[in-house]
Amino acid sequence: AMDTDLSSQDRKDLDKFIKFFALKTVQVIVQARLGEKICTRSSSSPTGSDWFNLAIKDIPEVTHEAKKALAGQLPAVGRSMCVEISLKTSEGDSMELEIWCLEMNEKCDKEIKVSYTVYNRLSLLLKSLLAITRVTPAYRLSRKQGHEYVILYRIYFGEVQLSGLGEGFQTVRVGTVGTPVGTITLSCAYRINLAFMSTRQFERTPPIMGIIIDHFVDRPYPSSSPMHPCNYRAGEDNGAVYPSVEDSQEVCATSFSTSPPSQCVFTVTKAHFQTPPPVVTDTLKVPVMGLAFSHQLSSSRLSYQPAALGVGSADMGYPVLFAGGLNAAHPHQLIGPGKEGGVPPVPSQPAHGTQADQERICTPLDGVHYSAATPSSSEDTETVSNSSEGKCGSPHDLLETIFIRKVGAFVNKPINQVTMANLDIPFAMFAPKNVELEDNDPMVNPPASPETESPLQGSLHSEGSSGSSTGNTHDDFVMIDFKPAFSKDDILPMDLGTFYREFQNPPQLSSLSIDIGAQSMAEDLDSLPEKLAVHEKNVKEFDAFVETLQ
Amino acid sequence: SCPLSSHCCGPSSAAPAMNCRAEVLEVSVEGRQVEEAMLAVLHTVLLHRSTGKFHYKKEGTYSIGTVGTQDVDCDFIDFAYVRVSSEELDRALRKAVGEFKDALRGSGSDGMGQISLEFYQKKKSRWPFSDECIPWELWTIKVNVVNLANEQERQICREKVGEKLCEKIINIVEVMNRHEYLPKMPTQSEVDNVFDTSLKDVQPYLYKISYQITDSLGTSVTTTMRRLIKDTLAL
Repeated sequence: AMDTDLSSQDRKDLDKFIKFFALKTVQVIVQARLGEKICTRSSSSPTGSDWFNLAIKDIPEVTHEAKKALAGQLPAVGRSMCVEISLKTSEGDSMELEIWCLEMNEKCDKEIKVSYTVYNRLSLLLKSLLAITRVTPAYRLSRKQGHEYVILYRIYFGEVQLSGLGEGFQTVRVGTVGTPVGTITLSCAYRINLAFMSTRQFERTPPIMGIIIDHFVDRPYPSSSPMHPCNYRAGEDNGAVYPSVEDSQEVCATSFSTSPPSQCVFTVTKAHFQTPPPVVTDTLKVPVMGLAFSHQLSSSRLSYQPAALGVGSADMGYPVLFAGGLNAAHPHQLIGPGKEGGVPPVPSQPAHGTQADQERICTPLDGVHYSAATPSSSEDTETVSNSSEGKCGSPHDLLETIFIRKVGAFVNKPINQVTMANLDIPFAMFAPKNVELEDNDPMVNPPASPETESPLQGSLHSEGSSGSSTGNTHDDFVMIDFKPAFSKDDILPMDLGTFYREFQNPPQLSSLSIDIGAQSMAEDLDSLPEKLAVHEKNVKEFDAFVETLQ
Repeated sequence: SCPLSSHCCGPSSAAPAMNCRAEVLEVSVEGRQVEEAMLAVLHTVLLHRSTGKFHYKKEGTYSIGTVGTQDVDCDFIDFAYVRVSSEELDRALRKAVGEFKDALRGSGSDGMGQISLEFYQKKKSRWPFSDECIPWELWTIKVNVVNLANEQERQICREKVGEKLCEKIINIVEVMNRHEYLPKMPTQSEVDNVFDTSLKDVQPYLYKISYQITDSLGTSVTTTMRRLIKDTLAL
């Protein structure tokens, strides 16, 4: 009886509005967790394709997932659309952060005009969603993702499941819109005990080194939708693109045009907030596996670049985590779920649950795919060029070449000494050393000093000159011409430039060298009894001295 | 105190009219955070109170342009907000907020003031009477400027003010969600009585920004009560 009050045209319109509202809601939420700033342009002339008069881009993969979850249904009483946002660390631990719920309740507003009022209120609700998605704790976490964790999303339809949020979760209501068939409500339940995961902690931890294998997490709930990273962009699958959103007459969303790019370009977003970026003393060269790359949504064209494993490397200040197993047989193939959404077995993975229960980091594709955005002009991003040739040998070689570590200032091992095995030893320089290596190490035994006029040379350098150019630290930068201002000094017969160059690479302090240090310590210990005896003899003098101080 | 009248409106009462809802928000911020905090609140309100440009067609129907949005990161507050993608609108707000900030810093103030964003409708009167401005929504942000002693306090302030602003955004959204009175959608001849049609890419409801600097007793001490009209802004 309720539905007969609504004209069939109104009913059709209302259903369409609700459907596209649901799709746009998912887009706004996922885009707000990509880890980058979103920017879309206003357009005074209506294009007829921007739903709710708002410029919200449609990421095809996200729309695809949302439609899959909805499976042709609309939110109704007891059937809510939920977007679950969770965090996954490099060690594979994951934690639910938020559940965004689009629900329908029975409270109907018969008088309301569908084509006009409902539409405008849905538009207003989307604006509220834009605002609210920036103020929950997960926003700041998502802006700093990529280093030690990624943010994932999962869409499901049915009953809301909040138990994964931990105790004491909070709820924020985004808004409601009454319609003749029920009241749409949009809200977010979010975890608050993130104390141990404060962003500050992530800033201080050192960068992760090593392969991060995605081990599939058993989902506690038998829901069938897999997890996706918020900042992973789907690639083309042999030219096929996800069907555009619209399946009715009205065009509703801009679809991306994909053209094969000639070069793979990565957009790296710098730290946005005023906190300093993590200090990276070693940079990893890792093959990019399609994760943790931000992209600029404001360009309306996304280029998709199919790329193979070991494609080259992106030298980044923010080491990339990648997930997915390495298929020993096909080093170029990322183990990802197959097209059906299942996951092919990966060797040496822990037992996992059913296909449907698995977390999915990459979309079902044959090869490694990641999309790269066209270079943006935003000052917040820098593009890192990358060659797209994927030439690599056996997986073993691949692993070897992956971890080329750029040696930092305090490491006294030459580059080619750093292998996989050494990577898990922190502070490797303090480990017991191979004497042979030490002899060859210029940091411990610097070469003989060259001729120089500096009077300071002799006193400062017991073992040789710092002018040697074999130090590894020279790799960091080369001074071409150093003309420091105000550098002439009457006292020293050298200028600041020369001084700098000479003392740029001092040899390792002898006290830091274990052998010599140990030696002198042994000497000190031996001489102690003697010194004590002397002091005891002079006790009276000491006492007198102390008296004068009182 | 009586606000100065604008060039287009007759004297309007300082108190909100009967149908005007009034919301008050309070924030305590450091001096350098004033601008960003004010912009965050004002932009969030205007995001909800702006539409795309109307294009009237024959038969009295109209189509609406598209509103774009963008994220803004604050430099002095651990906070980010969304604003409408319109440089004109952003400039207008920055100018108003800049003047407010300067007035707060000026003499005669001990760091307390308030900035108001008023949405109004114009009601045209016949000559010789001038048009009336009838406010229908008034947002007031009360600001208390604090002085901090050291860097540690400043860092805590960055975070605390960020959290406070998150609460304010939630408050604003709650008010917006009430779907209370909004001016009727106007016909083509009436559109300038309801909306500001002077911007090229978006169309906010007609609005005015004004501010007051108060002393610690809460009374307005100076004649720095000013009314900023968009038309007079040198854009």
